[in-house]
Amino acid sequence: MKTVQFDALIIGAGGAGMNAALQLADAQLQVAVVSKVFPTRSHTVAAQGGVNAALGNVMADKWHWHMFDTVKGSDYLGDQDAIEHMCREAIPTVYELEHNGVPFSRLDNGKIYQRPFGGQSQEFGGKQAARTCAAADRTGHAILHSLYQQNIRAKTHFFDEYFAVDLIRDEEGFILGVLALEIATGEPILIESKATLIATGGGGQVYRTTSNAHINTGDGMAMALRAGIPLQDMEFFQFHPTGIAGKGMLITEGVRGEGGYLINSEGERFMERYASMAKDLASRDVVSRAIVTEINEGRGCGPNKDHVLLKVDHLGEEVVAKRLPSIRESSRIFAGIDPVEEPIPVFPTAHYMMGGIPTDRFARVVMPLGEEQDEQNAVIPGLYAAGECACASVHGANRLGGNSLLDILVFGRLAGKDIIDYVKNNPEHRPLNQASVDRALYRLNRWELPPEGEALSVNELRCELQKLMEDHAGVFRSEEVMQKGVLKLQALRKKLAQVRLQHRGKVFNTARIEALELENLFDIGMAIAVAAANRKESRGAHARPDYPKRDDQNWMKHSLYFQQGDRLSYKAVRSTPLSVESFPPKERIY
Amino acid sequence: MLFRIYRFDPETEQASSMQEFELPMQRGMMLRDALLLIQEQDESLAFRHSCGEGVCGSDGVNVNGSNTLACITRVADLKEPIEVRPLPGRPVIRDLVVDMSQFYRQYERVDPWLKPSEPLPEKEILQSPAENEKLEGLYECIMCGCCSTACPSFWWNPDKFLGPQALLTACRFLADSRDGDKQARLEYLDDAYKLFRCHTIMSCVEACPKNLNPTKAIGQIKSLMLKDQS
Ligand SMILES: Cc1cc2nc3c(=O)[nH]c(=O)nc-3n(C[C@H](O)[C@H](O)[C@H](O)COP(=O)(O)OP(=O)(O)OC[C@H]3O[C@@H](n4cnc5c(N)ncnc54)[C@H](O)[C@@H]3O)c2cc1C
Ligand code: SF4
Ligand code: SF4
Ligand code: FES
Repeated sequence: MKTVQFDALIIGAGGAGMNAALQLADAQLQVAVVSKVFPTRSHTVAAQGGVNAALGNVMADKWHWHMFDTVKGSDYLGDQDAIEHMCREAIPTVYELEHNGVPFSRLDNGKIYQRPFGGQSQEFGGKQAARTCAAADRTGHAILHSLYQQNIRAKTHFFDEYFAVDLIRDEEGFILGVLALEIATGEPILIESKATLIATGGGGQVYRTTSNAHINTGDGMAMALRAGIPLQDMEFFQFHPTGIAGKGMLITEGVRGEGGYLINSEGERFMERYASMAKDLASRDVVSRAIVTEINEGRGCGPNKDHVLLKVDHLGEEVVAKRLPSIRESSRIFAGIDPVEEPIPVFPTAHYMMGGIPTDRFARVVMPLGEEQDEQNAVIPGLYAAGECACASVHGANRLGGNSLLDILVFGRLAGKDIIDYVKNNPEHRPLNQASVDRALYRLNRWELPPEGEALSVNELRCELQKLMEDHAGVFRSEEVMQKGVLKLQALRKKLAQVRLQHRGKVFNTARIEALELENLFDIGMAIAVAAANRKESRGAHARPDYPKRDDQNWMKHSLYFQQGDRLSYKAVRSTPLSVESFPPKERIY
Repeated sequence: MLFRIYRFDPETEQASSMQEFELPMQRGMMLRDALLLIQEQDESLAFRHSCGEGVCGSDGVNVNGSNTLACITRVADLKEPIEVRPLPGRPVIRDLVVDMSQFYRQYERVDPWLKPSEPLPEKEILQSPAENEKLEGLYECIMCGCCSTACPSFWWNPDKFLGPQALLTACRFLADSRDGDKQARLEYLDDAYKLFRCHTIMSCVEACPKNLNPTKAIGQIKSLMLKDQS
């Protein structure tokens, strides 16, 4: 088998992976970036609204206010040291991005344009702030392309269209690299590294209706699970309130930031009833639940009363054309309406994973070695995770809009910087562990088996999984529904063994890739279902009618799901920030 | 609806063929949805796709003779039989998947990154809304390749002529008030092949699914060169 060696390996070429790669390549390290799609096809490209940083370009702002909003938005499950770190780092990170070429929209004085987004305030819960730095409604595209461009300059080595199959680890738990598959030829390749960063993005494809791309299948998280690493807070999955009804494509919160609002079948601006202050810019979990409640109570729109409407026409054509051009285009293409004239039909869509691979605030992967506080976050040397696949945890139980691009960029950058030091102190590759390579190869070769008897197809099983997750781990979750979900999922997972490929060619076999992705979806689906069924409270995105209140006494703690035996354990929230006072839990009102 | 799809598998076939598929018409169906349904019938069909909303640039294909993104092409707007082929002029890897490396190499050749003048300010480099507006129509490119693979000059000289996508990108940096390397950029482009193989045939404009106008960008570069020389 072909084997190559690099100082650092980055799995994933989204915003997180590429911002890390840039630091490393500029420091003259040999860095390999592996991506299953050409880098600019990564889903960061789809981010619309923008990235948060307290630049204060439009009105007064402070990182400390940003920190408060993020802690509150997290429903007090976020780690306050990591949150402080992120909100402070946001400012230099955005300036660095601008210097790297991102074509941010501008204010009259030439500074970066910032728009209001949900959950943002001045003065710790006061008036609405405007903190989201935007390049029209194509911010992710602008950022991802600029980062790719800078990586070309820095001569980063890209493995484009290589699919990472599994991490290679030795008996002591060190990660030695990855086994990957070159999609064009179907040949495996072993990439050895001194340090590895997992930056594989989210897994929205585990749900039927999602804003996530076809490639968002949680591969990195599943690889971590299989390497014995737990996943943290997987029960917290964000449903974005405004997906195009019936389709799932996203309509950015920036639409409401620019003045759009939601109405029900009676034409009522119903968010006034659910969040009297913030109204349509309340936090996402709040707005999604409000929409589902309106529909459940019979005030949905359309012949089937199954969606609500997002009104934009009052903003006028000029604002829409200037600030929301892509939204207009998407509405025309996918909903068949021009938002300048008609409201957009919307319904919550599976959007973002708050949980993921547990890390500290330097993006180093941590896992518990014991029950004591300082044993709960033992660092795995040389292994990093950043971006949507990681859980630092800055989003806790609910992420604020504009904080994910921030998260991926900040922690990608920090991971890069930390890896530079790590490689300096650990200049040698560790010896390869053949048993681990064999296990990864076995997983790959299993798909060579020819069909026999009642073989199932990848597509059938994926559809079943997605429907199951939607029904049993959706916006509202009760004990019975979730317990049933776990049992059904365990049964469905058994059927994986019956799935076979009809087409087993080597060259650009997308069926084989989708089979490997399906296994990953099962792994993370299970993590979500098990963690959700066990949390007996409502917090952030995890909303239980049977336990409608947050329970700080018993549940202000992170969950950790281990794949072996579908086991859960818990660890404390880090409530002590770095330099300021802790924000104690309060009731969350918008 | 009748579809005729280009098939080629280098492992088992000498030559390509067109394969027919029937699908029932569904309201609001996009071409990508149709290809996915076909894949359900025959999982060996290979094509690239990801975002499903026209932003990732993965699924450029040739449909009834025109290049476009499958995910934002409404099937109802297409004439039957719907013929789907790979983007023209590029080596086919399998079925609808082509090798785009030459296209990417040309992009890399224009130094597609901002080279701001030193020293950098501590905060953002200021740019007026009017200066920022000059980037509109240039920075939105998603590198789908629909334009360059529709350009006859690129078919004949894919290694020498940069092609509309790379030239649009070159223009994006020439148009950026923050860039400090315009002179060198123009000198590099001033070459019988790199730029001047464009004969303003406009096929690129017609092909661009994001409604960008590479021909205009090429014209802009030419006039910058003239200004530069005078
Ligand atoms: C429609 C939409 C709009 C959004 N808008 C905003 C916004 O306005 N503001 C905001 O802050 N956030 C927004 N988000 C969230 C944010 O964009 C994402 O969370 C973020 O971009 C994820 O970045 P990432 O770098 O972690 O992963 P991604 O950009 O998803 O990249 C993942 C990378 O990993 C690679 N990869 C994955 N698996 C494998 C494998 N097995 N082998 C090899 N490579 C692999 C992929 O090829 C890709 O390169 C939005 C999300 C969506 C879906
Ligand atoms: S206008 Fe120029 S670049 Fe565009 S298709 Fe014609 S020759 Fe190619
Ligand atoms: S200019 Fe248009 S057609 Fe060409 S690569 Fe860019 S988006 Fe695609
Ligand atoms: S699938 Fe992304 S552009 Fe069509």
